[in-house]
Amino acid sequence: MPGKLKVKIVAGRHLPVMDRASDLTDAFVEVKFGNTTFKTDVYPKSLNPQWNSEWFKFEVDDEDLQDEPLQITVLDHDTYSANDAIGKVYIDIDPLLYSEAATVISGWFPIYDTIHGIRGEINVVVKVDLFNDLNRFRQSSCGVKFFCTTSIPKCYRAVVIHGFVEELVVNEDPEYQWIDRIRTPRASNEARQRLISLMSGELQRKIGLKVLEMRGNAVVGYLQCFDLEGESGLVVRAIGTVCTLDKISNTAFLPACNSPSKEMKEIPFNEDPNPNTHSSGPSTPLKNQTYSFSPSKSYSRQSSSSDTDLSLTPKTGMGSGSAGKEGGPFKALLRQQTQTALEQREFPFFTLTAFPPGFLVHVGGVVSARSVKLLDRIHNPAFVGIMGNTRSYKLLDWNSFNSDEPETRDAWWAEIRQEIKSHAKALGCHAVVGYSESTSICEEVCILSASGTAAVLNPRFLQDGTMEGCLEQRLEETSPPGCGFCHIPYDELNMPFPAHLIYCYNCRKQKVPDVLFTTIDLPAEAMVIGKGCLIQARLCRLKKKAQAEANATSISNLLPFMEYEVHTQLMNKLKLKGMNALFGLRIQITVGENMLMGLASATGVYLTALPTPGGIQIAGKTPNDGAYEQHVSHMQKKINDTIAKNKELYEINPPEIPEEIIGSPFPEPRQRSRLLRSQSESSDEVMELDLSHGKKDAFVLEIDDTDAMEDVHSLLTDVPPPPGFYSCNTEIMPGINNWTSDIQMFTSVRVSRLSNINLTNQTLNKNFNDLCENLLKSLYFKLRSMIPCCLCHVNFTVALPEDEVIQVTVTAVAITFDKHQALQTSRVPVEKTLQRASTDNEEQLQFPLELCSDPLVSQPFSPAKAASLDKASPLAEGHLRHRSVPSCTNSTVSVVKMTPLSFIPGAKITKYLGIINMFFIRETTSLREEGGVSGFLHAFIAEVFAMVRAHVAALGGNAVVSYIMKQCVFMENPNKNQAQCLINVSGDAVIVVRESELEMVPVQPSTAVSQPASAGDVTT
Amino acid sequence: MTNDLDIFVGNTTLIDEEVYQLWLDGYSVSDAVSLRLRSGILEQTGATVDVLQSDTMDHYRTFHMLERLLHTPSKLIHQLHFQIPPSRQAMLIERYYAFDEAFVREVLGKKLSKGTKKDLDDVSSKTGITLKSCRRQFDNFKRVFKVVEEMRGSLVENIQQHFLLSDRLARDYAAIVFFANSRFETGKKKLQFLTFEDFAYCAEQMIQNWTLGAVDSNVDDMDVDLDKEFLQELKELKVLIADKDLLDLHKSLVCTSLRGKISVYNEMEANFKNLSRALVNMASKLIHTKDVRDFFIDLVEKFIEPCKSDKWTLNDVRLFLTQYTTSAHTLDAFRHQALWDRYMSTIKSCLLKMYHD
Repeated sequence: MPGKLKVKIVAGRHLPVMDRASDLTDAFVEVKFGNTTFKTDVYPKSLNPQWNSEWFKFEVDDEDLQDEPLQITVLDHDTYSANDAIGKVYIDIDPLLYSEAATVISGWFPIYDTIHGIRGEINVVVKVDLFNDLNRFRQSSCGVKFFCTTSIPKCYRAVVIHGFVEELVVNEDPEYQWIDRIRTPRASNEARQRLISLMSGELQRKIGLKVLEMRGNAVVGYLQCFDLEGESGLVVRAIGTVCTLDKISNTAFLPACNSPSKEMKEIPFNEDPNPNTHSSGPSTPLKNQTYSFSPSKSYSRQSSSSDTDLSLTPKTGMGSGSAGKEGGPFKALLRQQTQTALEQREFPFFTLTAFPPGFLVHVGGVVSARSVKLLDRIHNPAFVGIMGNTRSYKLLDWNSFNSDEPETRDAWWAEIRQEIKSHAKALGCHAVVGYSESTSICEEVCILSASGTAAVLNPRFLQDGTMEGCLEQRLEETSPPGCGFCHIPYDELNMPFPAHLIYCYNCRKQKVPDVLFTTIDLPAEAMVIGKGCLIQARLCRLKKKAQAEANATSISNLLPFMEYEVHTQLMNKLKLKGMNALFGLRIQITVGENMLMGLASATGVYLTALPTPGGIQIAGKTPNDGAYEQHVSHMQKKINDTIAKNKELYEINPPEIPEEIIGSPFPEPRQRSRLLRSQSESSDEVMELDLSHGKKDAFVLEIDDTDAMEDVHSLLTDVPPPPGFYSCNTEIMPGINNWTSDIQMFTSVRVSRLSNINLTNQTLNKNFNDLCENLLKSLYFKLRSMIPCCLCHVNFTVALPEDEVIQVTVTAVAITFDKHQALQTSRVPVEKTLQRASTDNEEQLQFPLELCSDPLVSQPFSPAKAASLDKASPLAEGHLRHRSVPSCTNSTVSVVKMTPLSFIPGAKITKYLGIINMFFIRETTSLREEGGVSGFLHAFIAEVFAMVRAHVAALGGNAVVSYIMKQCVFMENPNKNQAQCLINVSGDAVIVVRESELEMVPVQPSTAVSQPASAGDVTT
Repeated sequence: MTNDLDIFVGNTTLIDEEVYQLWLDGYSVSDAVSLRLRSGILEQTGATVDVLQSDTMDHYRTFHMLERLLHTPSKLIHQLHFQIPPSRQAMLIERYYAFDEAFVREVLGKKLSKGTKKDLDDVSSKTGITLKSCRRQFDNFKRVFKVVEEMRGSLVENIQQHFLLSDRLARDYAAIVFFANSRFETGKKKLQFLTFEDFAYCAEQMIQNWTLGAVDSNVDDMDVDLDKEFLQELKELKVLIADKDLLDLHKSLVCTSLRGKISVYNEMEANFKNLSRALVNMASKLIHTKDVRDFFIDLVEKFIEPCKSDKWTLNDVRLFLTQYTTSAHTLDAFRHQALWDRYMSTIKSCLLKMYHD
């Protein structure tokens, strides 16, 4: 499917003065795609040139269209010397390659230079004509849609959710090429930017091919990351969930899938679950973890710590997996690997964090795996010799991309994924949802991490045959929607780890764990009491500086301790908040020269289905000492007070007896639970028993040494946010849904130098803790004008750029909510849709406002979520679907909203325009003059935002959803007055229409559709 | 533990108006922090000094980056670097170009040159305005002056168009530009009782009536320079005092019509010739640049001070000037009626504005 790319350079403005003598610039533009270059005429002596060029036409095949970025360079013409570059614009033309997205890219783009930053703007128009081609052996995958959003995008419905897709490409990093020594920093940076752009394009194309192979048409939850491995190269890798999406067109409302369990089939596991894998004891969490340093593994020289156990205390009910496959782990691994090779797509993983109703049947708990690897020193032949096998990936000539598959990195990830899969199996789950992968690199050591939530899914949504996963059928009847996902998927008699199981507080029918940890978003149908809050565990561990294997080994040895402690902290803090479940859990382990950092963030909530958490009890080791005793009781009182205060703060007031819930927002499930209860009196008794047991079962903290004392203190030092502020790291904040459209997305970076302090684990912990707490405090202060407000999707990243330097980056969105508006009003649509979701299929056709009866009634779609998030009445939802969105005729710069969430509060997404995936490098050799490191980075991040906004606006969009800053690598050399920063961001460009505009539309859908769009309708 | 780097960047640029004012007022970060501390912000928000320090730094950095754009406000409107709602942009510009009364009184009518800029530390110590703020205000004056100096069309409109200022502020800048161009003396001790507003009003009157723009709206510098032809013609008015008969007739006309109406009749009658001579002499000398500069001193010394010493009320002055102007029309021998009106209407407006304590 070759195509014709057409580019027109219209004008420039605010160009920098390039000629000191005249204070003017003689600018012209080079337009380059692939190996073809066009030039505009020189527009002499102007800072606002009007080129109005002809259409430059590139005839290219679609493979290039997908891989290559369009490169626009603005230069200053100089008669006597070389032309000076003013700056560049890279335009990813991918959004033009699928029919439903943007049709033209047109607008003002900041002209960017890696040394000087933004230098004026250029107005460009880009179009693509694609010719249809029936070549079956094509290498391109035009037409496959990509979404960063980790849920089914709002204007689509999932016909089939196929499953996991992954790919990675590697190359040598131009920054580390010998030629870099004679190249200018600008040339080097530009080579790198261009290379990464090319690699991203290639990666996306390859993933697209896999998607087509799987008969999908889209990738949802697409997460692409760069590993800057330094001398050993550059890895671009991506994971995602392949889906077949259907654009929702006419229907006002799509029926949700109901009674999913009807379709469930009992399919046994393919493989015998390894019986030895589940030896996990919380009191001795280290026992069951093996950290094998296995040189016998031939595929890579590695020190692998397959520490997965996440050191769960058994009471958590969290999936700990098998840490130590004592029973012949190597054999198992080999077997799994061969399997992997054969059935690459067999990973039942989903990068989604929110699902259509009925998709998620049960949640087992968090599964995670980490592995420490040594990066190959590709320049050193001696190392290759030691490795004893051929280098696993060939060095690519960085101008051509037709070399071999990068095997090593693939094998590394395959290994980790296998481990995740087996952990999920151990939890009686056949799938992993909310799956993500990450790395942390320091010198030649790399920690690979993967985590997700083991889950049982409804096979209806998965294509027949694709999912070979096994489904353990546990229920004959439908689980109540509000609590079903909490019910344990594993066998009670054959539990993977000891845990307290209690009958569900909601339905009384099934067992639930007393605490639930997950990496997914809170399901829309989940029943929650009170509000949620951000819970973080922070931890530092010193490590000796070491080289290569010794270093890897010491890291491997430290990891289990860190995981254990992170989990203990999370558990303590959760209990301190009086909550019983964590969502959106993300544990980041960062490796530095002389320390390891662990940062876990999650959103705590109180699930009505789970028991009330017990308190925290402190026990001293020397009970006879009176003063000590007093101290302990004082601490105990403080803790109890804190718990009580938190319960009040987060409005956690679960009724003593669940049956007496009055005015529950979900009357329907409650009825159902009653019904079920009456059917099983006997189990009720058991429940009561368990209940009392659960209450007695306080969490005991032994303070037997100063360490433990510190822990208790640190528990109490976490300051709650000031009044009017809430925070969470998930998409939605339980208990708040009356959002206003006032949003502010921000990135905050802090770099702290640990100089002049005695480096011990305690001081480190304290410093790290203070750093994070102070950062949060600062955010609350800065955003005080938005009160009442909630910080959503708070995403912390920690980096250790050099010795004794900690860098913390936070991206989040602050959303103001209306505190006066009763929550019930916005709950109503949720309730309605929930009821609707549980009615029969046939009833769907009677939906009053449906425009045309869609035959695909049983397709999954999440109306409940959409409605609850956007607080639209379900009736309003359908009306606007067909309205063409008017272009903004405003003369000033159009506003582009950005958010890490998948939605814009108070607005409806009407169109997805394509993925935004941008990589920038900024460097300076005049750091002091640019306001020091803060001035430099502040300006750069503002520039990155500006460039994202400009690209979205040029696509015709007015918002970016699911925005994420995946990388922010900052390096400085103050002595040389230099600094460099690399930033990688991504998101989905969308068009949103404000809800208030929606409501103005007449009720009759037919008129709504035919109504001409009026200017100024766009949310700005 | 020290924070090497500490930044906050919002997709919509976060602007704290209070901190912006402190920045505009030229306070250093540490001064700004202590001033904010005194405002009791910590008690209201429960924040710590560190937080305040970091927040202030962030805002100062933002303002520093915005300053370049504020020099060309149209760039601020069209730039893509910072996403700022239009109302906020207007606020930023308006506040940036706002100036202190005390400062403008020091600089008004001075040449906007490097020499004047060097003397700003004196201005700063005299007015109590920080040197930084003085420099910003001075640079604003100079920037506006440079841009509109040689432009055709209405001065106020040009300023508004290029600097996107509110109508009121644009008018003030028109006055500043006009004063700087003709270098009117405003700093003498005798003129200290006059406010900037008085001068701005006078400037507006002079621009409306005495510049080229008043007769032809399509010439360069039309609002900035006084109409030379007009100034030349003003010499013709001398006949009013040179011709003794005419002067006497003029006096008797004025006296007749003001008898019983004005509270200081006797003083007026006694002083009529002096006052008339003063006003007409000023007119005839305006062709000389030096006399233009001394315009306000002359008005004060030769008209306002004598009247004040005789305790004329504002109403007396108004009655007198009105009658003085209209009576000249009935003088058959006096043929420069249009010229007289063009001169006297402005003089009258200026004097009335300036006639206060």
